[in-house]
Amino acid sequence: MNHLISRAGLGILVAVAVVAGAWARSGSGSVTAQAVLTGLLLGGVYALVAMGLTLIFGVLDIVNFAHGAFMTLGMYATALLATGAGLNPYLSLLVSVPLLFGLGYAVQRHLVSRTMGGSLAAQLLLTLGIAMLLENALLLAFSGDTRTVAVSFDTPLRVLGAVADLSRVLAFAGAMGLAGAVWLLLTRTRLGTAIRAVAANPEGASLVGLDVRRLHALTFAAGTACAGAAGTLVTPLVTVEPTAGELFNIIGFVVVVLGGLGSVPGAVAGGLIVGLTEQLGGIYLPGQSPLLAVFAVFVLVLLWRPQGLFGRPA
Amino acid sequence: MILRMEGVSKAFGGLRALDAVTFEVERGTIHAVIGPNGAGKTTLFSVISGEQRPESGRILFDGQDVTARPAHLRARAGLVRTFQLTRPFPALSVLDNVTVAAGAHLRTRKEAVAAATGTIERIGLGAYLSRPAGELPAAARKQLELARALALRPKVLLLDEVLAGLTPAEREPMITLLGELRAEGMTLVLVEHVMPAVMRLADRVLVLDRGSVLAEGEPAAIARDPRVVTAYLGEDSDDALA
Ligand SMILES: Nc1ncnc2c1ncn2[C@@H]1O[C@H](COP(=O)(O)OP(=O)(O)O)[C@@H](O)[C@H]1O
Ligand SMILES: [Mg+2]
Repeated sequence: MNHLISRAGLGILVAVAVVAGAWARSGSGSVTAQAVLTGLLLGGVYALVAMGLTLIFGVLDIVNFAHGAFMTLGMYATALLATGAGLNPYLSLLVSVPLLFGLGYAVQRHLVSRTMGGSLAAQLLLTLGIAMLLENALLLAFSGDTRTVAVSFDTPLRVLGAVADLSRVLAFAGAMGLAGAVWLLLTRTRLGTAIRAVAANPEGASLVGLDVRRLHALTFAAGTACAGAAGTLVTPLVTVEPTAGELFNIIGFVVVVLGGLGSVPGAVAGGLIVGLTEQLGGIYLPGQSPLLAVFAVFVLVLLWRPQGLFGRPA
Repeated sequence: MILRMEGVSKAFGGLRALDAVTFEVERGTIHAVIGPNGAGKTTLFSVISGEQRPESGRILFDGQDVTARPAHLRARAGLVRTFQLTRPFPALSVLDNVTVAAGAHLRTRKEAVAAATGTIERIGLGAYLSRPAGELPAAARKQLELARALALRPKVLLLDEVLAGLTPAEREPMITLLGELRAEGMTLVLVEHVMPAVMRLADRVLVLDRGSVLAEGEPAAIARDPRVVTAYLGEDSDDALA
């Protein structure tokens, strides 16, 4: 517990220094506040994406390159229901989450399970293949046309001199709420305890009566449902197209490694850090890609802690 | 008869780890399995518990042929093993380790936690309840292995060298506990090198040597059996019958 408190203290110290630096560099408190707010709100969504990835990695030991494509499916489900049936985008969570849960379950049971314990190359080819299949299926079905979904009741909110659209605040709140729900599931339920046991020791798990194959499928399904939920939550903020999830997949990987492979708190902390870095990086390195600062921080953190912020040393 | 092996064979490459092993275990008894290192004792447990499939033979448990049943279903049905090299869930607390096993028969986590806490207290691990299992000393890890197995409410409990690595003082309560479990109606199969304990506890003894059954009978008869004595004297003097 002590090392957690000292790490949190160090983290806050670094964050304060970075924000102060950004303030000095931009010469504007409101520009800095805007970057912090936007960064945190976006970081919440990154956290949810990364949570799904880290859950799948932690329990199944699979690096899932199809995660972003599953997220794209969530976006399409929401966009089609909103434009076609006039459904409130946030209510479409009731469709996208079960849909992606079911799809994740089937994909693990019939495809991913075949590469369990196999080589990294086999897993990479399979999940990358699934991603390409999904992207091309979307391209075929809906063409490359981009779509946007407006939230009719969207309105800018003022927070500490900064402005955030209600849709961004809702995306953040929804993502954090779902991340919290996954955390409770993992720590407070019988199923969650079983999933953590499988992550810790799959051989021992079957001998205490756990159906490891079923738990692997359920975990992959839950991780994929996180991607689907994230897809729905960002739909009002992004342009929906077949490759819309790719960038989130890459950022998700960065967050997972930064936070510590398989660590759920690491995914949340990492998501917020990457969101902040992306926005504040624009102040430190104006005119550069926002990802430049993210990768710089990524490399620095890994030099200092190769196992990531919340990871266990190997 | 609660457990019966019929002509069970298991090979690793050219090595016959089990060679047409046949034996029966009566309900409510303690059956010891002894034999020199490499005799196939651990493999016997792996085949009974379902981690490894035999090439031939049948395994009958509680009146049913379980030869093709997956390991987790055998564990749920009450055919439970422990490991010589303990295999806890290291990142989970002692309580969660046992709760996972207790959950096999209970619907809610709350019920499973209550049952697990009782089992942990009984085994004498109460002081370690919330410690990560990976941080336990060796003796406590053995106790945890047993607590986890008991939480599954076994009908037949297969114990692989639970006394090995314990000091004589740590062994006594364990031996007492095994006797109590038998008195409660549980059936135990022990792989054990600590001969005085085997002689005190076992109702019957099975002797394996290079994968085959060398002898089977009551402890006193086994101790006098010249074939058994020869097999053991070929090994370390540690293993000699005491
Ligand atoms: N997974 C395995 N692969 C190959 N050989 C094995 C395996 N498990 C056990 N063996 C071999 O089978 C024989 C019996 O091993 P084991 O059952 O562990 O014996 P015991 O528990 O009686 O010491 C030994 O020769 C051992 O080397
Ligand atoms: Mg052995």
